Amino acid sequence: MTPSITSVNDFVVKFANVNGSGSASANELFARSILRMGVPVSPRNIFPSNIQGLPTWYEVRVNEKGYQGRRGGVDLMVAMNPQTWDADVKEIETGGYLFYDNSKELPPHKFRPDITVIGMPLTNICNATYTDPRQRQLFKNIIYIGALSALLELDPAAIEQLFTEQYKGKEALLASNVKALHLGRDYALANLPCPLGIRLQPADNVGNKIFTDGNSAAALGAVYGGASVCAWYPITPSSSLAEAFMSYCKKLRAEPTTGKHRYAIVQGEDELASIGIAIGAGWNGARSFTATSGPGISLMTEFIGLAYFAEIPVVLINVQRGGPSTGMPTRTQQSDVLACAYASHGDTKHVLLFPEDPTECFEFSGAAFDLAERLQTPIFVMTDLDIGMNTRLCRPFKWDETKAYDRGKVMTYERLEEGADFGRYLDVEGDGIPYRTYPGTHPTKGGYFTRGTTKDRYARYTEAGPDYIDNMQRLLQKFETAKSLVPQPVVHTTSPSAQIGVIYYGSTSPAMQEALDVLTAQGLAVNAIRIRAYPFAQTVNDFVNAHTSVFVIEQNRDAQLKTLLVTDAKLDPAKLISLLHYDGTPITARFIVDRITQQARTVVPLKKAS
Amino acid sequence: MTYLAKPKLHHPSLVKNQAGYTRRDYEGKISTLCAGCGHDSISASIIQACWELDIQPHRVAKLSGIGCSSKTPDYFLGNSHGFNTVHGRMPSVLTGANLANRELLYLGVSGDGDSASIGLGQFAHCIRRGVNMVYIVENNGVYGLTKGQFSATASKGSKSKRGVLNPDEPVDLVGMALLLKATFVARAFSGDKKQLVPLIKAAIQNPGPSFIDIISPCVAFNNHEGSTKSYDYVREHNSAVNRLDIIEGRDEITADYAPGEVINITQHDGSVLRMRKLAPDYDPTDRIKAMNYVQERAAEGEIVTGLLYLAPEAADLHQYLNTVDTPLNQLGASELCPGTAHLEAINASLR
Repeated sequence: MTPSITSVNDFVVKFANVNGSGSASANELFARSILRMGVPVSPRNIFPSNIQGLPTWYEVRVNEKGYQGRRGGVDLMVAMNPQTWDADVKEIETGGYLFYDNSKELPPHKFRPDITVIGMPLTNICNATYTDPRQRQLFKNIIYIGALSALLELDPAAIEQLFTEQYKGKEALLASNVKALHLGRDYALANLPCPLGIRLQPADNVGNKIFTDGNSAAALGAVYGGASVCAWYPITPSSSLAEAFMSYCKKLRAEPTTGKHRYAIVQGEDELASIGIAIGAGWNGARSFTATSGPGISLMTEFIGLAYFAEIPVVLINVQRGGPSTGMPTRTQQSDVLACAYASHGDTKHVLLFPEDPTECFEFSGAAFDLAERLQTPIFVMTDLDIGMNTRLCRPFKWDETKAYDRGKVMTYERLEEGADFGRYLDVEGDGIPYRTYPGTHPTKGGYFTRGTTKDRYARYTEAGPDYIDNMQRLLQKFETAKSLVPQPVVHTTSPSAQIGVIYYGSTSPAMQEALDVLTAQGLAVNAIRIRAYPFAQTVNDFVNAHTSVFVIEQNRDAQLKTLLVTDAKLDPAKLISLLHYDGTPITARFIVDRITQQARTVVPLKKAS
Repeated sequence: MTYLAKPKLHHPSLVKNQAGYTRRDYEGKISTLCAGCGHDSISASIIQACWELDIQPHRVAKLSGIGCSSKTPDYFLGNSHGFNTVHGRMPSVLTGANLANRELLYLGVSGDGDSASIGLGQFAHCIRRGVNMVYIVENNGVYGLTKGQFSATASKGSKSKRGVLNPDEPVDLVGMALLLKATFVARAFSGDKKQLVPLIKAAIQNPGPSFIDIISPCVAFNNHEGSTKSYDYVREHNSAVNRLDIIEGRDEITADYAPGEVINITQHDGSVLRMRKLAPDYDPTDRIKAMNYVQERAAEGEIVTGLLYLAPEAADLHQYLNTVDTPLNQLGASELCPGTAHLEAINASLR
């Protein structure tokens, strides 16, 4: 007989459910209650583009060390969906566990001999306890959480505490949930082999960290960053970002005396209108943004070119999903890097920011508005579905209240009165950034005509070649200026003598951090640099030059960031080895470690880390 | 004449309006459009309307899309900020600009290709959102800059300069504006400035989306026989329901609804419109009847012009969104950033 997996505070539980069955909140309750025991978790929703009836999964990685990346493999499958039964059972690791509803008997060939099978008559218990069909469904979820609390030694007091917080003022709901929880727990204690080989134990590794998702974090960043106009069009996986902005604004942005709104949110008729509204507001001096995903970016590209060429501040938060076309709307990828870096016809280059987790979504989204106004150009915050729609344990949000917003170079009424030479596209300070006026500033000075056509330094229409080149070169100078303003890369040095380097960015971060630890433990010294923005800082070139070979890890097929590194940072493509993961699931440490160890042998002679 | 620089000298005897500006202060660059273009008459009418209303030119934001009509904002109100956006997307940019600063006057200038073809969606949605603006379509039924293709407002069966018959039904922008509850809807003819100037003035004074469809013949590509947008055709088929004049002041004046007589309508800002009725039974405050009337006359081949609809009650997007009175672009960190105490509370709620 295969030995069962034994592990304390380090395992993966996956819930297989039907969407629309109310399982999501029960599963999140499970994850949150583990956190309350001081044990880090990282849950992931794997869901279809559908409202009701299709399979959905919730994968919870429990890891005392705090690794947040997806691990791969499943130790305990909570199989609640007959539709996906076969695949779900197959996914369990050898020696793993299967928990299922055995109200209806299943033939033996539906199981595996190398796993521990735990059946519980959930439906029968529900039918015996509740008469209302909706209650039967909803409480079934809580009952299995109760059973898991016994099987995994999950502290029922932590769950009850969460109920108390959730149902404050709704005591009837509180009592019925507690009752369902104990119904499941008591049954398991009496009838099931509690505890399992995998189990929990109180720890102290959560600290003051917060548990939140990237979309609401980015929305909050926009609130703190001073965004007052938001225009958006619903698209998975970014819709919850605009909705979170709405709900934060409602709480945090009402004028105290009147209750009126210090913000305007418009749901556009499409992405073209959304970016148009954001650009109009940016042109007129308000901080504005749109939140979207790949297909939205495709639609917005003409407008993005206008904002680049007419030099209008605007922020785009792109929660990337699987492309091209409609692609994989509910799966994750980093496949809009090139589309955003070069969005529009003609020669354009855009500033991209790559947050690694919800905390950086908050920080980068907040900083994007300063950058947009300083650089007078579109700024892209490139998050993805993995960060955007999943809750993560991360550093608490911080904001420096003493720091004023950087409104960039704005020519005021006073300066115009003093007789300042105002040329809308005149490079006064040599950084490529001109001054702008807000419409309505001065009765006779500072007015200008904004256009997407070529213009001279004083915003006058021209089709003269030298004027065009003058303007395009200044825009390049401005892009150069951006390099020192954007978030700088983070270098992780394992060993000063390591010959192998790794470049990674965005949501690859947690998997990479774990992979670095594993590689170090295996004796392979690997240094890493996390790129946090485009254009790239010189640090990236220095890093690559200091290593024999550098892996570039990306979640897309075409090595999009590598393309930018080669064409823009002028790095030698022969030195850059792409490691690409793009099946729509989040990249794992296992994948990175496997690929690096396989290929490291061929690129450099293996050497033990010192 | 576009190679000539426009003289900047102002004659000292030029009359100033109450805001202290002469008519010349409302002008822009010299037009680059064809001699005789209807659009230039519209620019002149906008200049006159703004001058007569004592509007400070720099408090106007003029936005347009792409096309001949969209070039015109460069030819009036030279001290105003202008924005020549992308084709068919002026309405969204105007909406955003308006959200950022509710205190300016927003003038959207577009064409039939820009608003009825590529931009039909944005045209419709900015009206149904109730954006406070004056939206002018300089409607000639043809693409001028690309040399004479039909636009979506060209009548079915009308003939292009090359002799092709238009196979498609036209989009009626006035009908759509009425349907989507613009608060002010008018149609005018660029060749009749006396009718047009008061309509523009009334539109400026009206809150919410004010729409004017101005038939503006294209002398280069759509002024021939067989066109329904030529000077001759429009003159022959123009059927004005009323004529407007504007009276300043807030004195209440009793309306006289006798057919064919003059009636006074008090606008939302207190100014009074004096309207001479030409169609005795036409009531411009009844939206449903207005829609029927315009359609019925159109079926008879008439181009109904005049003030077609004025909403008795008018609100705008800022009211719907309940935004603060201070323009959003004037709010600073003290109003926009909720501060660290709130952030600590949010952190605590996420544990």
